[in-house]
Amino acid sequence: MKQMHLAAHFPGVNSTTVWADPRSGSQIDFASFEHLARTAERGKFDFFFLAEGLRLREHNGRIHDLDVVGRPESLTLLNALAAVTDRLGLAATVNATFNEPYELARRLATLDHLSEGRAAWNVVTSSDAFTGENFRRGGYLDRADRYTRAAEFVATARELWDSWTPDGTPRPFAHTGRHFDISGEFTVPRSPQGHPVVIQAGDSDEGREFAASAADVIFTRHGTLEAGQAFYADVKARLAKYGRRPGDLTIMPGVTVVLGDTDAEAQENATEIRHLQVSPQNALLALEQVWGRDLSSYDPDGPLPDIDPDPESDLVQGRVKVADPLAVAAKWRALSEAKGLSIRQTVVEATARQSFIGSPRTVAGELEAFVEAEAADGFILVPHLTPGGLDDFVDRVVPLLQERGSFRSEYTGTTLRSHLGHAEPVWKG
Amino acid sequence: MSVSGNPAVPDGPTGTENRTERSRMPATRPLHLAAEIGGPPRYDAASHVALARLAEGGALDFVTLRDSFARPGLDAAAVLARVAPETARVGLVPTLTTTHTEPFHVSSAVATLDWVSRGRAGWHADVSTTEAEARLFGRRPAAPAPALWQEAGEVADVVARLWDSWEDDAEIRSVATGRFVDRDKLHHIDFEGSTFSVKGPAIVPRPPQGRPVTVIDATTAPAGRVAARHADVVYVRASSPEQAAALRAEVHRSAARHGRDPQAVRVLVALTVDLGDAETAPEPGLESGPQLAGHGTYFRGGPVDLAELITQWYRAGAVDGFHLTPLSPARDLERIVNGTVALLQHRSLFRTFYPGGTLREHLGLTRPANRYAAPRTEAAS
Repeated sequence: MKQMHLAAHFPGVNSTTVWADPRSGSQIDFASFEHLARTAERGKFDFFFLAEGLRLREHNGRIHDLDVVGRPESLTLLNALAAVTDRLGLAATVNATFNEPYELARRLATLDHLSEGRAAWNVVTSSDAFTGENFRRGGYLDRADRYTRAAEFVATARELWDSWTPDGTPRPFAHTGRHFDISGEFTVPRSPQGHPVVIQAGDSDEGREFAASAADVIFTRHGTLEAGQAFYADVKARLAKYGRRPGDLTIMPGVTVVLGDTDAEAQENATEIRHLQVSPQNALLALEQVWGRDLSSYDPDGPLPDIDPDPESDLVQGRVKVADPLAVAAKWRALSEAKGLSIRQTVVEATARQSFIGSPRTVAGELEAFVEAEAADGFILVPHLTPGGLDDFVDRVVPLLQERGSFRSEYTGTTLRSHLGHAEPVWKG
Repeated sequence: MSVSGNPAVPDGPTGTENRTERSRMPATRPLHLAAEIGGPPRYDAASHVALARLAEGGALDFVTLRDSFARPGLDAAAVLARVAPETARVGLVPTLTTTHTEPFHVSSAVATLDWVSRGRAGWHADVSTTEAEARLFGRRPAAPAPALWQEAGEVADVVARLWDSWEDDAEIRSVATGRFVDRDKLHHIDFEGSTFSVKGPAIVPRPPQGRPVTVIDATTAPAGRVAARHADVVYVRASSPEQAAALRAEVHRSAARHGRDPQAVRVLVALTVDLGDAETAPEPGLESGPQLAGHGTYFRGGPVDLAELITQWYRAGAVDGFHLTPLSPARDLERIVNGTVALLQHRSLFRTFYPGGTLREHLGLTRPANRYAAPRTEAAS
């Protein structure tokens, strides 16, 4: 049976994370991160994943207050987690727009040394001047420039990671390109796993091409089996032109899982969680994100607004805008009218349900089916509770996967690269 | 070798003299001791953890780890974050440079170090003056130290403002209103500096200490001005207790001119310490000899000699404490802790355990009020 890869995402600043549940713990105390990371390691996961924040989200000119707000800085936190874990990969999301290659390559190489070869970098880019207001660099990059900068950033980081000789002697480097013109000497020897693992998140055409050319893992959106297969085939087919084999890029969609003793109980749990995620206030907010208008006077238990969305709105800052608000609004209205749903009920119905819902046996079977059918190489699990949201999966699903031979029972290597089954990158002297 | 000024070390005091000395001592603030654990570059976690634990065994206030883009070595803030879960009490103070690093990132990293260490973080602010460092970034040419220190002062200011940009009770988790935070307790800082601006608020909630400890080496004039205004701990370089007392008084006056309470600043004498191989050196004392730039006065002698020097300067009321940079931490830190510190503890001059949990508590510094909080909830700073 094909082996799957598993990773754990720390619950973050979005409405997936339920903070109102009595079991919900601190989003900032180190103990919460330690609990989740230790749980992932107990489940023999490939890696633990942290997202990044560089500006608090705003809505209508004010700080968004309905979801979890705030988080630690990824790399500092992961270095601390390296002290309380032994094998688990440690992945930090770090923006390529608001950092410089020398400094970030050094911080990543440092994490790789301090964790003995378990570091990963999820490369993201940002274009918005809103986030830029917190940085010297400031400003705006258009979509194309974001990816050329990111690609050159990764290539430059790899030059730095390769700049010491294998026997540990520093050598000067020089990089001249469109975005960076730097030279000197790197301060850190080559990493225990050659280079930190590079993850790319994003489904756009530019993102796929960038991942095919440069990434070890792609963190993608989860959809139907067919959509997953199409994505998988498309991305893997792009590898050959960069001289890479299909196994060189691991495809991992982000997924949510709801368990129950029976499939029926799991469905009930899933509905309950959706209602916790879509509070009355969050329902109105979700509506405002589509409509681009202040809808605070509407009753979340009443009907949808009659007015149309404002496609030019800048109501929402610091998160991705809805691409075609008029079409989404039409779809939601149709759903509401067909089933007689209120605003809140419509949002619960229309926005994504959990990816896998069922008894442990059902979920294990469906995860395996996705991997067998080449819709994914593995999954990044996004729990809805901090810090216990992964406990059930590790206690009840992982043993089944191990029993059926689709997931490791022990770590066989020490580095993240070895967990992923990737060879150490060739040293380019 | 020339011995400058003061301490030709006297014979050790007898027990009687010791008691007499103590009874004459004015009610004074506790002695503070810190040590650098960096030396020749090491790329593993274990060696750093071992040294930090050693320092913790001696109940030192904090350990430092110097850093620079200009020489081999790991990122210091990362190393001390790695050390944090394997220690429980000792303060952790990495160097972060302000010339090429984004101020927002500095603030987030140090705040996160404070969270993962449960209130033991500080940062030693420094600048990158060389053209070689500037070329590593390719964004701006090298600049003279006074300009870089002016910017470092602005960075220290903005970093502290970001730490205050969340009030302590901003997180409310109000199920009734659906609100996770009270956004009236999150503040844009709207900082406009001479070379950068930062909107805020921080991404990291206010750290356990409120504001982690800011350390600045004031041995150069432009750094000294910034230290007087922004530092909680100031290093000075002195070769006699009289000189140290004068420097401390100057730091206090200067801090007061900036509207600060001088009693909220700790002045530590920076010493580079060569404990050699012998129990006592033939001619122990301070040397004008091999000055290591920015690392304070050079001391050579045995662990007992160092304890004598610390005792004398401290009893003279000249200093709040010392920051010691062992010439070879792997060799000398053990001798400092088990020799020098043990003797100071035996003389009841230094704590034998940590009564507090945070670095601010070790240093006797209060948790600062939040400048953005309404006076009704917290006393104005």
